[in-house]
Amino acid sequence: MDIFANLWLGFTVAGTFYNLFYCLVGVFLGTAIGVLPGLGPVATIAMLLPITFGLPPESALIMLAGIYYGAQYGGSTTAILVNLPGEPSSVVTALDGYQMARQGHAGRALSTAAIGSFIAGTISTILIAVFAPALAAVALQFGPAEYFSLMALGLIASIVMASGPLLHALGMILVGLLLGMAGTDVNSAVPRYTFGMPLLSDGLDFVVIAMGVFGLGEIIANLEDEADRSVMTKRVTGLMPSKEDWKRIIAPILRGTALGSLLGILPGGGAALASFGSYSLEKKLAKHPEEFGKGAIEGVAGPESANNAGAQTSFIPMLTLGLPSNSVMALMIGAMIIQGIQPGPSVMTEQPTLFWGLIASMWIGNAMLLVLNLPLIGLWVRMIAIPYNFLFPIIIVFCAIGVFSVNNNAFDVYMMAIFGVVGYVFRKLDAEPAPMLLAFILGPMMEEFLRRALLFSKGDPSVLVTRPVSAGLLIVAAVLLVAVLLPSVRKGREKAFQEE
Amino acid sequence: MTQIRGQKDLGIGVIYLALGLAGFIIARDYSFGTSGRMGPGYFPTIISGLLILFGIIAMLRGLMREGQPIGSLNWKGMALITLSVCAFGYLLETAGVIVALLALILISAAASERFRFELRAALGLVAFIIVCAVVFIKGLGVPMPLIGEWFK
Repeated sequence: MDIFANLWLGFTVAGTFYNLFYCLVGVFLGTAIGVLPGLGPVATIAMLLPITFGLPPESALIMLAGIYYGAQYGGSTTAILVNLPGEPSSVVTALDGYQMARQGHAGRALSTAAIGSFIAGTISTILIAVFAPALAAVALQFGPAEYFSLMALGLIASIVMASGPLLHALGMILVGLLLGMAGTDVNSAVPRYTFGMPLLSDGLDFVVIAMGVFGLGEIIANLEDEADRSVMTKRVTGLMPSKEDWKRIIAPILRGTALGSLLGILPGGGAALASFGSYSLEKKLAKHPEEFGKGAIEGVAGPESANNAGAQTSFIPMLTLGLPSNSVMALMIGAMIIQGIQPGPSVMTEQPTLFWGLIASMWIGNAMLLVLNLPLIGLWVRMIAIPYNFLFPIIIVFCAIGVFSVNNNAFDVYMMAIFGVVGYVFRKLDAEPAPMLLAFILGPMMEEFLRRALLFSKGDPSVLVTRPVSAGLLIVAAVLLVAVLLPSVRKGREKAFQEE
Repeated sequence: MTQIRGQKDLGIGVIYLALGLAGFIIARDYSFGTSGRMGPGYFPTIISGLLILFGIIAMLRGLMREGQPIGSLNWKGMALITLSVCAFGYLLETAGVIVALLALILISAAASERFRFELRAALGLVAFIIVCAVVFIKGLGVPMPLIGEWFK
C-alpha cells in the first residue's frame, strides 16, 4: 500500500533529531500556553512565526502544529485543576473535571484527558493519512469557479462557529475581505487602499493583524476583570485510571474521536465545537446523566478526545485544499506562504516530505505529550499560579518584538497597536474577529479565482452555479446559512456559547 | 436623550457603514472594468457595497430591536496598552531596545489594577530585559540596536 510507504517517508522526516527537537519545543510550548488562561494558540503561533522564518519548512510547520495540539492538552489541565478553561475547547472539561479534582480524583481526570487525547490523536492521524490524498486528488480537478465557491463555503462555515449574532459575523467577513484588498493589485499593479504610504504597498501583514487582534485585543479584554485564581494545590495522586475507569471511558473516547474528527474537517469546525458536541452526546447516552456536572469521568473522556481529534483533522482541508478551517490554520497557511510554498492540493505531490513529515510528527507529538504531561504536572500547576499582571506585559513584549522582526520595521508595531484596539472594540460589540482573519487571508485568493472564473466565462457569473461541483459547494454554503438562521438551531448555538 | 435599545447592533452597524463607505469612495478611483475583465476596483466595490448594506441593516436592527448594552469600555487598558506599544516602536530605533522594553513593560503593566512597585518585580523586570536582549539580538539575530542614537 502506498500509504505505508508515505507514512514511512513521513516518519523518516519527522524522526530526524532536528525535527524531533522542534516537535518537542512545539508541544512543550503548546502545553504551556494551553495551561495559561488568556494566552491562546493563535497569539502564540503569530508571535513565533517570525522566529520560524529561518527554519526549514518541515521544522517550522512541525513546531507550529505542535503548539496547536499541545494547547489542547494544556487547556484541559487548567480546566481540571482551576475550573478555568485554558482554551475555549476545554470549557466543558471544566464542568466534570473540576468536580473530580474537588473530590480528590484530579489524577484520574488528568490521566483520562491525556489518554483520551492520545487515542484520539492516533486515530485522527491515521484518518488524515487515508483521506487527505483522496481529497487532494479531487481538489486537483478544481477550476477557479470551484475554488471561489469552496472559499465562499469556508467563510460561511467559519461564522457558524463564531459566537455573537450572525449579522455581525457576516460583516466581519466583509471587513476581512476589504482589509485583504490593501496593497498592490497583482493584475493591474494599481496600489489599493495604501493612502499613499509605500509601506502599505505590500498590503497589511497578517501577523500584524493576528497579533493585534488576538494578542493585544484579548489582553485589553482580560484586564477588564482580573479575577483571582485558586489552584487546587493538593498533591495530585493516583494517576492511573483503574480497570473500572477504563471500561467507562473507552466508549466515550471512541465516540468523541469520531465526532471530533468529523467536525474538525468541516470549515469553521475545529476543536471547540467538537468538545461541546461530545459532551452533550455523552450526557444523552449516559446511564446516569444526573452524574454529569458532578464529576462524571465520561464527561472528561469524551470532550477531551473530541477536541484533540478535531484539532488534528482540521489540518485536512488546510493541507489538501489550502483552505484554513480556523484561525490557527490560517496562520499555518501564512507560515507556508512565508516559506515560499503555495498552499493547495499540489503541496502533497510537490512537497511530500513536508506533507507526510507533518502528519507523522503529529503522532510523535501526541506520544510526547502523553509521556511529558503527567510527570510535568507539578510544573504546570506552578505556571497556572503566575498572576496575570506579571504575565501580560511579557506577552506584549513578545508580540512587539515578534511583529518588529517580520519586516524589521517600527511601522508594523504601530499597526499592531491599532489592531489591538480594533480587536477589543469588535469583541465588545459581539463581533468575533476570527472570521475576519480568515477572510483577510482568503480575500486576495478569492478575488483572483473570481477574476479567472469570469474571464473564462466571458463575464457570465452563472459559471459559479452551472458547474456542478461549484454549484454543490454554494448550495452547502446556502444551506448552512439558512440552518443557522433557523430558530431551533439558533437557540442551540446561543446556548452552546452561553456556557463559555 | 432616549435610551438606544440595541447598542451593540447600532455600534457595529456604524462601524460597518463607515468602513463600507470609505472603501466604496476610495474604490471609485480604481477602474471597475467589466465582469469578464475585472478591474482593480471590481471586487472592492462589491465588498464595500455589501458592507454598507450590512451596516445599514445592523443599525436599523439596533434602533428597532431590543439588544444588549455595550457596557463599560476599558479605556485605561486601551490607552495604556496602545501607548506602551507605540512607545516601544518609537523608542526602539531612537533610544535602543533596553529603554524601549523598559517603557513597554512599565506602561503596559500600569494597565493592571494590581500594578504597584515591588522589589521582586523590579528585579524580575531587569532580568527579563537582559534575557530578551540576549535571546532576540544575539540568539535570533533580530536587528535591534541595544543602545540607540540618542545616547551616542
